[in-house]
Amino acid sequence: MTRGTIRAWYLVHKWTSLICTLFLLMLCITGLPLIFHDEIDALSGEPDQSAVVGAASSSDGPGLKPLDAMLAKVLATTPGDVPVFMAFDNETPLMTITTAPRPGSKGAEMTIHVLNRATGEMTGRETEEGLMHFLLQLHTDMFLGLPGMLFLGMMGLLFFIALVSGTVLYAPFMRKLDFGTLRVSRSERLRQIDYHNLLGIVALAWMSVVGLTGVINAAATPLRQMWQMGELAEMTRTYKGQPPLPPSRYGSVDKAMAEVRKARPGNNPQFIAFPGGSFSSQHHYAVFLQGTNKLTEHVLTPALVDAEKGVLTDIRQMPWYMVALSYSQPLHFGDYGAVPLKILWAILDLFTLYILWTGIRLWLGKRRSSADAHVSEVESGGLVVPAE
Amino acid sequence: MTRKSKTSVRSLRAVFAAPLAMCVLSLIGLVSALAGDGLADWLSWAALAVPVLAVAWAMRRRRRQG
Repeated sequence: MTRGTIRAWYLVHKWTSLICTLFLLMLCITGLPLIFHDEIDALSGEPDQSAVVGAASSSDGPGLKPLDAMLAKVLATTPGDVPVFMAFDNETPLMTITTAPRPGSKGAEMTIHVLNRATGEMTGRETEEGLMHFLLQLHTDMFLGLPGMLFLGMMGLLFFIALVSGTVLYAPFMRKLDFGTLRVSRSERLRQIDYHNLLGIVALAWMSVVGLTGVINAAATPLRQMWQMGELAEMTRTYKGQPPLPPSRYGSVDKAMAEVRKARPGNNPQFIAFPGGSFSSQHHYAVFLQGTNKLTEHVLTPALVDAEKGVLTDIRQMPWYMVALSYSQPLHFGDYGAVPLKILWAILDLFTLYILWTGIRLWLGKRRSSADAHVSEVESGGLVVPAE
Repeated sequence: MTRKSKTSVRSLRAVFAAPLAMCVLSLIGLVSALAGDGLADWLSWAALAVPVLAVAWAMRRRRRQG
């Protein structure tokens, strides 16, 4: 590698890192407790959901109350509201029904009701309060909505470029060093450089995957809009031009669900989107079916049922970008391999924090030195320290 | 490691052999828990633990060498 090449990659690494580091620090710090949000919720007095007995609410198992009855119960307590979502659980009979003043209401206006489909009781409301929700909001969009989400997505992209450029610089740096070299007693700077490189190279694949899936998750809203305007509009093209179906004419959800189960036996719904929202057309119940095994359960397949007549309109596989979005969620959250995976996620998150921290320290220490001096430092494996 | 190996110049392949192994293991670890439960989970934990253990190994080796 020539000095010119190293210099170019050094500058890419320096600037992409500098721009994204503060935001990445925030993401790593808020992300750490979010890895364990299920466990923390359970500790902080949230009702233990796993103790609820009965068939899974997503199934058509015995003893489950009809969906129409559950919906009627909720609507009786929220006069004036219309239903917008129904979501199911694969472990317990608990389910949620979300209502809002209008079919197209924003998320902030929605109320999420928790129900037990085995007993038919309303068990409470899901609140968007508390420390975990605050951390999640900060982590997702810094309370800035879509612009905040897209901005953090851009930071994730810069982080990935920093990972790539850092890996390129690893080659000339390690030319004369063994893998795993840690020179801890020569100087503080050398110690930081060696830790920065070792942690960076061992966590490279994990950081790349969590970084890039974070970028895809940050693009969830535009991706979903693309699907709604493209594929979904295509699936419901015969309804084009018809006025939106008023909530007073919504038909039976159970009948719609039965139609879907007839067409796709064995697939359970993850959630149902009611007409007029950002997950359906103006005239359909959109039933989002899960796959039947662990690998495919994340990939949802929409089944569209005419909300008035209860007749199936179309079932179609999600396009590739929605499949990518489906897999990006577990791969970013680390919640798909029980507690040991969460612990590994946390350790690798701490590695990332230390990489960011040593990166800042290394930059601060010699920020007035020329790029050439830094190139010499990389080429010599850290032995030629830039002069101040 | 011997003094000789400390001064000789390594090929690109030698520099990236261990990092590449870490990457492959990490990816196996990330995907296998997604594909199944039980054995697949154990494979995932073992594979993703390798990068973590590599750091522990490097720190111990450093301490032994003084």
